Amino acid sequence: MISIKSVQKIFPSKQGQLMAVDDVNLEIQEGEIFGVIGYSGAGKSTLIRMLNGLELPTSGTVTVAGRVVSKIKGAELRKARQEISMIFQHFNLLWSRTVSENIAFPLEIAGIKGPERQKRVSELIKLVGLEGRENAYPSQLSGGQKQRVGIARALANNPKVLLCDEATSALDPQTTDSILELLVDINKRLGLTIVLITHEMHVIRKICHRVAVMESGRVVELGQVLDVFKNPQQSITKRFVQQVTEPEETKETAEHLLERYRSGQIVQLTFIGESVEQPIITNVIRHNNVTVNILQGKISQTQSGSYGTLFIHIDGDEAEVNKAVDYIRSQQIGVEVVTSE
Amino acid sequence: MNSKPYFEDFDWPAMWEATRQTLYMTGISVVATFILGILLGLLLFLTSKGSLWNNKPINVIISGIVNIFRSIPFIILIVLLIPFTTIIFQTMIGENAALPALIIGAAPFYARMVEIGLREIDKGVIEAAKSMGATTGTIIWKVLLPESMPALVSGITVTAIALVGYTAMAGVIGAGGLGSLAFLQGFQRNQNDVTLVATIIILIIVFIIQFIGDFITSKLDKR
Repeated sequence: MISIKSVQKIFPSKQGQLMAVDDVNLEIQEGEIFGVIGYSGAGKSTLIRMLNGLELPTSGTVTVAGRVVSKIKGAELRKARQEISMIFQHFNLLWSRTVSENIAFPLEIAGIKGPERQKRVSELIKLVGLEGRENAYPSQLSGGQKQRVGIARALANNPKVLLCDEATSALDPQTTDSILELLVDINKRLGLTIVLITHEMHVIRKICHRVAVMESGRVVELGQVLDVFKNPQQSITKRFVQQVTEPEETKETAEHLLERYRSGQIVQLTFIGESVEQPIITNVIRHNNVTVNILQGKISQTQSGSYGTLFIHIDGDEAEVNKAVDYIRSQQIGVEVVTSE
Repeated sequence: MNSKPYFEDFDWPAMWEATRQTLYMTGISVVATFILGILLGLLLFLTSKGSLWNNKPINVIISGIVNIFRSIPFIILIVLLIPFTTIIFQTMIGENAALPALIIGAAPFYARMVEIGLREIDKGVIEAAKSMGATTGTIIWKVLLPESMPALVSGITVTAIALVGYTAMAGVIGAGGLGSLAFLQGFQRNQNDVTLVATIIILIIVFIIQFIGDFITSKLDKR
C-alpha cells in the first residue's frame, strides 16, 4: 500500500544542511495501523508529510496506493491527496464554517454537489458520533469533538490511507482513548490503512499493529508492536516502552527496597500473550523455598495480544533465589534482575 | 467682511449636493479600494516567503509599489495624478476626477492591512486544505478570504473613514463634496455655519461607517 524507498530529506539551514530524514525504507501493508514513534525533531513529522506530498524527498521514492507521490505534480497530486487524507494535532478546522460545512469542504473540492453532498455529510456525522452538533462552530466544540470533525472531514472522500499527525497529542487521556477507539473502529469497518506519528507509546500500544522507532532521521527499530514491547533492542525503544510499562513510582519503590532488604533479589517479569494467564507466583513458591513479595504489576492490551509486567521481591537462601529465577526463566517469561544504579 | 448671523440664507440644497458628492466619492472609492486592496494584499501574501506562490522578485516589486504610494502625502498624490486623470476622464475637475487619487492613495494602505489579516490565518488550516487536494484558487476563495474576513472588514472600515477625510482634501482639485464646501463657503466666505454643518455631517458619516463595520465584523467572527 505504502512503499518508502531510500528516502532522504535535507533542509538547508543557516548552520549548513539539516538531515531530517536519513535513508528510510518502509513497507506498509493495506489495512494496517502503522505507528511511527520518536521524540520531537526525530524526523517523523517530515516523513509523514512526504506521504501526501506536503514535503518532497530530496532523494528516494514514496509510493502510496500505486501512485509515486514523490514524483507527481499538479492535478494528479491533488487527485492523489483526495485518497490520502490527513488529521492534525491542532485539528486545523475552518473557524468560519460549521461542523457540517467543515465536513463538506473536501466534498466541495472533489466536486460533489447538492443532495449527494448533504447525504454524505450526514453519514459522516453519524459515523464519528457528532449528531446534534451539525450547526455548531468549531469554537463551540471540545477538543475531542474537534478531532472527530477532523476525522469525518478526512474520511469524506473515501480515502485509502489516513495519516495522523500527532492526532491525540493535544487531547486529555480520556479523550485520547475515545479518539483511538474511533480510529480502530474505522480501520476495521472501512479497511483503511492508517499511518500515525506520535511521541506517546500509549498510542502505539493501544492501536498499532506495527511500529517504527525514529531517532535523528533514521528508523532505528521496526517490528510488531508486541515484539517491540517484549524485546526492545535500542535504548530509545526501551525508554519508550518504559513509558507504558514502568510507572515512575516502581523505580523508586525498587530502589527503596534494594536499600532496605540487602538479601534477595528484585525481579521484573515480562509476560506476553498466554503466559499472562499462568499462576506463576504460586508455582515459584511451590517449587522453591523462597518468599515472594509483589511490588507492582500491570497488564496492557495491544492490538495483537496482551502484555504484562510484574515487579516482585524474592527472598530466601541465595541458592534458592537463583533457582527460583531460573525457574521463571524456563517458563517463557522475560526476567530482568533489578539492581541499584 | 463680517460673518452673517447663523443659518440666515443657509443654502441647504448646496449642502445636500455636497453630501451627495462626498458619499459618491467615498462609496465608489471604498468599493474599488476593497477589490484592488484585496488583490494586492493577496499577491503580497501569496508571493511571500514560504507561501503558496513563493516568488521573491514579484513580492519585492509589489511591496515596493505599495510602499511608494503609501508614502506619498495624499495632497501631493492628487497633484501628481492630474495628467493621468485628465487622460481617463478628459477633465481634471469634478467628483469623478478625484477617484483615481482616492483609490490609488487608499488601496496600498488597505493592501497592507489585507496582508496582515491573511498572515494571521493559521498555517495549519492552509496545509489542511492542501492535504485535501485543494487548488490555489479554492484555497483563496474558500480558506484565505473567509478565514480573514473579519480582519478584511475591520480594515476596510478604517480605510473608508480615512477615505472620507481624503475626499475633503480632494476638494482642492475642484472635486466638490463637504470638504470643498466647508473650505470655499465656510472658510473663504467666512460662513461658519456652513463649516459647522459640514463637519457634523462628516462626523455622522464616519460614525455610521464605524457602526456598520463593527456590526458586520462581530457578525462574521465565529472564533
